[in-house]
Amino acid sequence: MNTMLEARDLTKRFVKTLDLAGKIAQKLGAGVREEVVHAVNHVDFSIDPGEVVGLVGESGCGKSTVGRMVAGILPPTEGKILFKGTDVAGMDDADSKTAALQIQMIFQDPFASLNPRMRVQDIIGEAPTIHGIIKRAETAAYVEDIMLRVGLDPDYRRRYPHQFSGGQRQRIGIARALAVKPEFLVCDEAIAALDVSIQAQVLNLFIGLREDLNLTYLFISHDLGVVEHISDRVIIMYLGRIIEIAPTEELFKSPNHPYTKALLNEVPRLDARRRDFAPVAGEIPSPIDPPSGCHFHPRCPHATERCRNEVPVLKAVAPGRVSACHLNDTH
Amino acid sequence: MTSARSTLQVEGLETYFFTKAGVVKAVDGVSFAVGRGEVMGLVGESGCGKSVTGFSIMGLVDPPGRIVGGQVLFNGENLLTASEEHMRALRGSRIAMIFQDPMMTLNPVLRIDTQMIETIRAHERIDHASARQRARDALGQVGIPSPDERLRAYPHQFSGGMRQRVAIAIALLNKPDLIIADEPTTALDVTIQGQILYEAQKLCRELGMALIWITHDLAVVAGLADKICVMYAGKIVEQGLVDDVLDHPVHPYTVGLIGSVPSHNPRGQPLAQIPGMTPSLLNLPPGCAFRTRCSRASGICEQEPRLSEPRSGHKVRCFHPCLEGHA
Repeated sequence: MNTMLEARDLTKRFVKTLDLAGKIAQKLGAGVREEVVHAVNHVDFSIDPGEVVGLVGESGCGKSTVGRMVAGILPPTEGKILFKGTDVAGMDDADSKTAALQIQMIFQDPFASLNPRMRVQDIIGEAPTIHGIIKRAETAAYVEDIMLRVGLDPDYRRRYPHQFSGGQRQRIGIARALAVKPEFLVCDEAIAALDVSIQAQVLNLFIGLREDLNLTYLFISHDLGVVEHISDRVIIMYLGRIIEIAPTEELFKSPNHPYTKALLNEVPRLDARRRDFAPVAGEIPSPIDPPSGCHFHPRCPHATERCRNEVPVLKAVAPGRVSACHLNDTH
Repeated sequence: MTSARSTLQVEGLETYFFTKAGVVKAVDGVSFAVGRGEVMGLVGESGCGKSVTGFSIMGLVDPPGRIVGGQVLFNGENLLTASEEHMRALRGSRIAMIFQDPMMTLNPVLRIDTQMIETIRAHERIDHASARQRARDALGQVGIPSPDERLRAYPHQFSGGMRQRVAIAIALLNKPDLIIADEPTTALDVTIQGQILYEAQKLCRELGMALIWITHDLAVVAGLADKICVMYAGKIVEQGLVDDVLDHPVHPYTVGLIGSVPSHNPRGQPLAQIPGMTPSLLNLPPGCAFRTRCSRASGICEQEPRLSEPRSGHKVRCFHPCLEGHA
């Protein structure tokens, strides 16, 4: 079976170039250097058609950057993205346009991601009309159909985004993405900004749409509870690297990487009452100056000399499971 | 729940905002009590009045808002009738507040030591060196490494989690009897949130402070709190011990909230969602505010439900509480 999407050796570096004063200082030997942020560091993964893959990590781990590269918003510095087996960068114009339409993104902030001066019918209807998916005369009926599908009242089609609540705006964002008939959705913290009861409504919408339209998701979130609920497989990132990939149930039952274990341990749960918190020590290091070897070693209770010097690679620990930890070699 | 030893006892608190568009009853008859060393979780969604409750206790409600009724008894003394001067002496010394954004507490252009020493010396006649020593100890207490050096840093030189620790350290400086924490971990990462919860729990146990933890996240208070108040549209709809409320919720809103938590549901199945959205508090019609979203609502719900106590210590404001399935 062909994969829906594959990332090979995907890397993104953000470079803060020196200004004139900095360049002069550098010439004079002041030791000023360009700052390089290794946001995403040689990442490989694949997503099958119809699969929901959760991408989890804390702030600054590069999960949003991966999402943006997959959605075609950011060009990768190195590596490539294959959509249905073809390199996105090497496609001709027509193919790359099709691929761009078939991969759509849903953003975190429902207030910033909608044009405040456009009516809902234009926000949803503009792209499919321009791309020739529907005829201009059909727009009204088409918009109505999509609004119903995401649970919005079509009577509101002439309203502006500020007239909607956060949950409804997120539905408008989803409707806009669905309007161009995508096969693959990248959801970047799509429900993080919503209230608990509204989160459940939007999460249910995602689950329903997946079944109805046979969609594939890359579901980016910091919320493990949400990811556990919706995903088939989970990717864990830490400081620009993937450290573990596993099917959801196995990951939550028996996490392999020490960071995954710490993360699962920290998730507040309804059934854990007045428990003793035993937090993982230390802070997330800066991606400008990451630690040597395994990025997690300064916070890891099991770190050895080898972890400080050698970068662990992702190795199979069970069928369908990979983890990047030196401890797996010792037993 | 209303013993004489309660550090804080709130009775029928009403805070209204008198706007041009009408009266917003942000807090409408809220009562609860917190004792020494006790952690109370105040849970609700945006706009339910949970933060305004915190501000009302602190006496920090600005116009057009006004506290129009009720009592806030702090160690037996009604804060609502206290003079502004007396309130200023209490704030930062006997009662402290921690905000979601630590930059609300910290001044960006002053060093941490300046701010901390100022906080101590505003309330106590104490020489500079001992104040500095106490500031240093407070930073160490909340788990900030090398506190001596960090005292000389500016707020922007700290990460988000470290800033929140500094804010907590400042709240602790004068060993308050009560701390009100308003969503202090919402903006933080999971592992950092775990660290802050750990510190809060430890301090409460060691120092015997009363703590009100305001949050939208039921799972956070499940791990931390002794008792829970659930707020909806300005009223407490359910309150009781954490195990009672979470294991045997009786108000349909609490039942719905717990059903909305993903990890509480079988994987991939639709969540038991609450339909509709939180109502605007502006000119809210009389009766139960939840009735338009409630599957159990009937004609009687257009009247105001009273607080009943179906089980000892477990109160609910509902005409049709979910009492099936338990004794």
